Amino acid sequence: MTTNAVKKTETLQVTMPSEREVAMARVFDAPRELLFKTWTQPALLKRWLYGPEEWPLAVCEIDLRVSGALRFEWGPYEGKYMGMSGVYREIAPPDRLVFTEVWDDNWTGGETLVTMTFVEHAGKTTVTQTVQYSSHSAREAALKTGMARGMTQAYDRLAEILAGKTNQEI
Amino acid sequence: MATLKALAEPSRFQIVELLRNGPRPVGELVNRLKLPQPQVSKHLRVLSDAGLVDVRADAQRRIYELRPAPLQELEVWIERYRSIWEENYQRLDGLLEEMKAKEGKRRRRKR
Repeated sequence: MTTNAVKKTETLQVTMPSEREVAMARVFDAPRELLFKTWTQPALLKRWLYGPEEWPLAVCEIDLRVSGALRFEWGPYEGKYMGMSGVYREIAPPDRLVFTEVWDDNWTGGETLVTMTFVEHAGKTTVTQTVQYSSHSAREAALKTGMARGMTQAYDRLAEILAGKTNQEI
Repeated sequence: MATLKALAEPSRFQIVELLRNGPRPVGELVNRLKLPQPQVSKHLRVLSDAGLVDVRADAQRRIYELRPAPLQELEVWIERYRSIWEENYQRLDGLLEEMKAKEGKRRRRKR
């Protein structure tokens, strides 16, 4: 797993800026040009953007231009993949990236609009990811589904630990 | 943590979802879950021990209802969401260090 025991990591701020949004902000010790790359180049995204339970990003296709498509698939998990498709709406390196997302199993209740901003200050960059759901009820439903899934996965993980499969983590 | 463990079991999560619409007698939960009564009772006991549900007697029936206090589901979900992204972002920290080191080398070579 992660081996950054020594270095203190920055905290992740999760907020609800409006009734149909969820936002997440985090500071990185790197210039924004590098961060923009890590969000837009498939070879780099595959290095870090994992799914729940550390599923690797197996498919990452990006046509980085306005109206260009994106396709991400994580897995396999029990022979299946978790997939998401979208379209780029705004590409303004290295400050801003806007794209739509639709999940294959539609757990977010329709398309979501993701706005990424990269703000640099004194060599550090704040990355803010704002997800706008199609409605307030879609956001609430997504939160509920996300919770149910999270719980199932947490339970799977607990079962694995109890079975001694992941004893290297304990 | 007791809340999390109690909710981790899909049938128990389903019971909580059913009770969100109001108190229900055991019989109705059995019908909705399509599970044998002893199994449902066992799940209800776990939920009750975790402080998630309350039980009261109404003539011959036992009525279960949700206790809202421990169920701060938004916070639970946020924690889950947060943990996935924290792990991803820690990996990204490592990748950025690698990229910065490479850029540094390139810059030094140019000089």
